[in-house]
This record gives sequence, structure tokens and C-alpha cells, in this order.
Amino acid sequence: MIYRESGQFASSYAKDMRMFPLLQDRWAFGALLVFAFVVIPLIANDYWLSSILTLFLIYSLSAIGLNILTGFCGQLSLGHAAFMAVGAYASYNFAVRLHTPVLVNFLLAGFVAAAVGLLFGLPSLRIKGFYLAVATLAAQFTIEWVLVSFNWFAGGSMLGAIDTPPMNIMGWDVSSNLDKYLLTLSVVVVLAIVAKNLGRSEVGRSWRAIRDLDVAAEIMGIRLFPYKLLAFMVSSFYAGVAGALYAFCYLGSLEVTAFELAVSFRLLGMIIIGGLGTILGSFLGAGFIVLLPILISQAIVFLHISGASDFLANAELMIFGGLIILFLIVEPYGLARLWQTIKEKLRLWPFPY
Amino acid sequence: MSGPVTPEPLPGPAGEPPRIALKAGGRPILQVEDISLSFGGLKALDRVNLEIREGEILAIIGPNGAGKTSLLNVISGVYHPQQGRILFEGQDRTRFRPHAVANQGVARTFQNLGLFRAMTVLENLMTGRKKFIRTNFFLQAMFWGPAQKAEIEQRERVEQIIDFLGIEHIRKVPVGTLPYGMQKRVELGRALAAEPKLLLLDEPMAGMNLEEKEDISRFILDANEELGITIALIEHDMGVVMDICDRIVVLDYGSKIADGPPAEIRNHPDVIRAYLGTTDDQPPPASATGDITDRAGRAGGGPIEET
Ligand SMILES: Nc1ncnc2c1ncn2[C@@H]1O[C@H](COP(=O)(O)OP(=O)(O)OP(=O)(O)O)[C@@H](O)[C@H]1O
Ligand SMILES: [Mg+2]
Repeated sequence: MIYRESGQFASSYAKDMRMFPLLQDRWAFGALLVFAFVVIPLIANDYWLSSILTLFLIYSLSAIGLNILTGFCGQLSLGHAAFMAVGAYASYNFAVRLHTPVLVNFLLAGFVAAAVGLLFGLPSLRIKGFYLAVATLAAQFTIEWVLVSFNWFAGGSMLGAIDTPPMNIMGWDVSSNLDKYLLTLSVVVVLAIVAKNLGRSEVGRSWRAIRDLDVAAEIMGIRLFPYKLLAFMVSSFYAGVAGALYAFCYLGSLEVTAFELAVSFRLLGMIIIGGLGTILGSFLGAGFIVLLPILISQAIVFLHISGASDFLANAELMIFGGLIILFLIVEPYGLARLWQTIKEKLRLWPFPY
Repeated sequence: MSGPVTPEPLPGPAGEPPRIALKAGGRPILQVEDISLSFGGLKALDRVNLEIREGEILAIIGPNGAGKTSLLNVISGVYHPQQGRILFEGQDRTRFRPHAVANQGVARTFQNLGLFRAMTVLENLMTGRKKFIRTNFFLQAMFWGPAQKAEIEQRERVEQIIDFLGIEHIRKVPVGTLPYGMQKRVELGRALAAEPKLLLLDEPMAGMNLEEKEDISRFILDANEELGITIALIEHDMGVVMDICDRIVVLDYGSKIADGPPAEIRNHPDVIRAYLGTTDDQPPPASATGDITDRAGRAGGGPIEET
């Protein structure tokens, strides 16, 4: 009798519509927050904080953005990482040119990315499916090209990589890896909750209606174009903020190659493996893609498997690829669905009938 | 799991007392004037004239491929006719897009189901309440204050419809996993949730057994009588059509060949000819009760795929 809904009858629609209707889920969410904000800072070392956890959070945020566009609204995008680049460069420019406060910077980075997302979402008026996906590839290439070609965006510097300025939020010097982790975590938690809220409101329902059957959505009075554009904007906003965090809290510098096409594909992989159209899935998928390669390489070291280093690097990739394929065969609806299934089982345990 | 729902008849549109069905003689709510629609060389509709009168239940019948679904598609704005006009409540709206038609108060269901399959029954019905939710994006993002209030209000209304259709037990089930008959019922519920003035139903009872057909007939009659919703439906089961409809329009090869009350249509020579493909004026033996899906002698075109 651990995970049950028995005895929990929602006494009002308000309670039934809560973000986590089950008491156990609310507890789990609270425990997770305590773990992330309190326990991890106590136990995690610098390497984990700077190289793994912060990156995991940033990718999760970006994946949420892609999930809004692709998982919620059903518009496939192959250029999501480019909007991260827009956010990274925008936040840098606001910081060095206008000296706006850090959080305002991140917000503005999101809005600039949203505006660019709006622009590249315009083709969705006319085209959909794979054709639209190809149009989003154009976003990837155009944005990368613009950022590389005009060094105004990199603050006029001729150097390849530019360091981001130090961050200070109302007296809090965000300089250590722990500080950066905590800042990232806070932003991600807030935006994840916002995404969850959108998902259970009218906007989210309209997006999912468009995804499931656009003709019927239109018949129900949903205007396709504004809602698709909104999805492009919100999705790009998330990518933009993620990009700003990437530059300021993870990399500490600006670099276009951090947002290349391969990253767009990796983000797509995250939401497919994690679960399309779920916020939880964005985190699980990001965890899978970020953490698994590390675990595999650690396992190789641990098992004392020897060989040429390039062989080992390839072996890592092959194991990684194999696991993804295996996983998609076992649970095509993603980790979030797997988690759901486990919960269903738990709910019935020990009497499965 | 469920909210406190008390079984009660579905009240009329907010603010208005339920209207009394005006039946035949009511003023036209929708006028279709001289509509033609072609797909390439094929004339799906050929100069069709008809009107739907306020408060009535109108049946649109005809053999496979006669143009019935095409007519609904034109009325709901999915296709725009090459010729002719459509007036809704006297106002020309021939070139309206589907969402604009919906917001005028027209709802419909699809011949081959038009549900949002990955969404739950509740969410599907909530999409019907979209036009009643006027909170902005930022409030929804916080799910706070007016946004939450609007959700709760619309949820209450949707629960009444869930109650009305007797689908409480499947509220939170993704519709794609439900049996076909149940999905048809949910789709009717979603259309009703929009509180339309005019409801268009494309074969709402196709593929159902007798009991299910009786249920759906009941819902249609209740929606018409208690909520005052004008209904136009396409149906092949002549028994049902004769039972619940006030008036029947018959299409054949894209043209209207008859229009009148059931008793008149039953014995209309053109109708009999269209269905039997003969010039024999004897009424067909099973025409009053059986399915008249296929015209004898016409190579049967299957149901038209719709997306
Ligand atoms: N999108 C389309 N493209 C091409 N032809 C179409 C299209 N929709 C309908 N048609 C054609 O128009 C004609 C009328 O089709 P419609 O679907 O309106 O018939 P119906 O009366 O609804 O038939 P059924 O009883 O089989 O549903 C048919 O010949 C059909 O093949
Ligand atoms: Mg049809």
C-alpha cells in the first residue's frame, strides 16, 4: 500500500485538475526538489556539477521546448539547436552591450529566439510534415551561417570563442560550479512548471488537437496558423533560454559549434526516447542521452576492456546506438510511458486482477 | 476520481431558456443556394439548393457517392464551392474557413471519426469548450486565477454532457483505445460541448448495433428537443431516418432529387428509382426499414476516406 489512489477522491474539479492529482506524485515531486536543491549540492563533486548535471538540466529545458513544438503541436523540427544559439548570442550581446541584469538577459534571450522562431514558423502556414521539417533545417543552416559570418553577433571579436561576462544576481555572485548549477536548476524548474501548466490548459489542448487531427481541430474552432506559430515561438523561447544558460552556466563562452545540426538531432532523440508530448519525458530523455554515454565509458574503464582508443570510442557509440534501438523496440512510446506502466502496475500490486 | 456530478437533464445554452423546437415552418437557419463542387472532372455537387430550418431534424440521404459528405464539407467550410452561396442566419459566409464556421455556432462529426485519438475523452470534450475560454496565454501558463476558474467552469459543463451520454467511466481514457461505437458517442459529445446552433452529423450510427442506434437516436432527439439544437444528419438506416427526422433531402449523383417529409419521400418515384436503378414505381420491399447503402446495379463505392 504505497502507491495507491484508493481513498483519494477528488472532491472538486479544481483538485482533480491539479498538476499531480495523486498524493504520492506530489510527495515524489517535493522529494525530488529537495534532492535537487539540497542533497545534490551536498554530495555532488565539481565534475558532476559542471560537466554532467548542469548540462543535463540545460538539455532537459531545450528538450521541453522541442517537445512543445513536436510532441504537443506535432510539428517536426530539425533546427532546434539553432534557436539555442540565438539565445546564447542574444544573452551575450545584452550582457556586454546593454549590461542588463542576468535574469533579464535570459528572458530577453528567450524573446529574441521566439521572434526568430516565429519567422521560421511561417512556412507552417503552407506546408506540414516532412516538408516542414526540411524548412526547419533551413533555420539551422541560416542561423549558423549568420552567426559565423557577422562577427557583430560575437561582440565584434575576431576570436573563435568569447568568454561570457561574470554573473551577479542581486548580490549573489554566480561564479562557482555549484552556483551555476543552482541558477540553472531554478530556471529549469520554473519553466518546466510553466510548460506543464500550458499542457493542461486550453493552449495545450489546442496544440494536441492540431497534432492529432488538424481538420477536426479546425472544425472545433481552433485556428491552425496562430496556434502553430505560438508553438514555434514558445518552443524557441525555451531553446533560447537554454542556449543562454549553456553559454553562461555551462560553457562560459560562446561557440556556434555547440549548437550544430548534430545537437538538433540529439534533442530530437531525447524527446522520442523520453516520450513525445510529456514534460517528464523531456527530462528522462535528456538523462538518457547525456548520462548513458558517460555510464558506458565508465563501464568500459571499470571492466578493464583494452583496445585502441579510437576503437573504444567507436564501441561506445555502437553500444549507445544499439541501446537506443533496443529501447525503441521495447517501449516505442518512450521512458515516460514506461514509467506510467510501472505506476499502473504498482497501483494494482499485489492483486493484478 | 470523479467530481461531484448530479444526474440532471442538460440545461440549455448559458443564459437562455431551452427553446421549443419550431419544427417544420421554422425560419431557415442555413441556406444553400445553387452550390456546385467538383473534384477535377467529377461533380460531387451539382447546383444543389436546400435550406435547414431552425429547430428541425433534417436527414440527408442518398446512395454511396451521392455527395452527402461533400455537402457537409461545404457547409462546414472544409471545401469551398466553385459556384453558389451559403447563408447562415441570413448572412453570406460562403468562403468562411472551418474555424470561423465553428465560431458561428456550427458543429459536426465525421463519417470516419474525427477524434483526437491520443487525448482522453475529457480532453476531447474540453476542446468543444474552446470558444468559451477567453483567458490569455500568460494566465494559462501560470494556471492561475481566471485561467483556473475558466477551466473549472468549462469542466462542469463538460461533465454534464459526459453524464448525459453516460460515459462517466471512460472520462480519462484515451479515445483511440475505445471501441468504435463508443468513439462515435464521444464525438457526438464533443460536438454537443460546443453548444452549437446547428449540428451536422455524418452517419452517427454507422456500424452500430440496434441498441447503440437507439441510444444515439435518443441523444439526437434530446439534443433537438431539450437544447433546441437544429440537426442535419446523414444516415443510411431508413428505419432511423423515418423515425426521428422531420424532413428528408435526397441526393443522387450530386443533385437534389427530392425534399419533403418522410411519408412523402418514402413513395417518391425518383427516390425509389435512385435506389433501385429501375423505372418501376413499386415501393421497394425493404426500403422502410433496411439499410439502403447501395444502389442496385451501381458498383458500390466504399465509404469515402476523410481526413
Ligand atoms: N477529396 C476528394 N477528392 C476527390 N474526390 C472526392 C473527394 N471527396 C469526395 N469525392 C468524390 O465525390 C463524390 C461524392 O462523395 P461523398 O463523400 O460526398 O459521397 P457520400 O454521399 O458521402 O457517400 P457515402 O455514402 O459513401 O459516404 C464521390 O464520387 C467521391 O469519390
Ligand atoms: Mg459520406
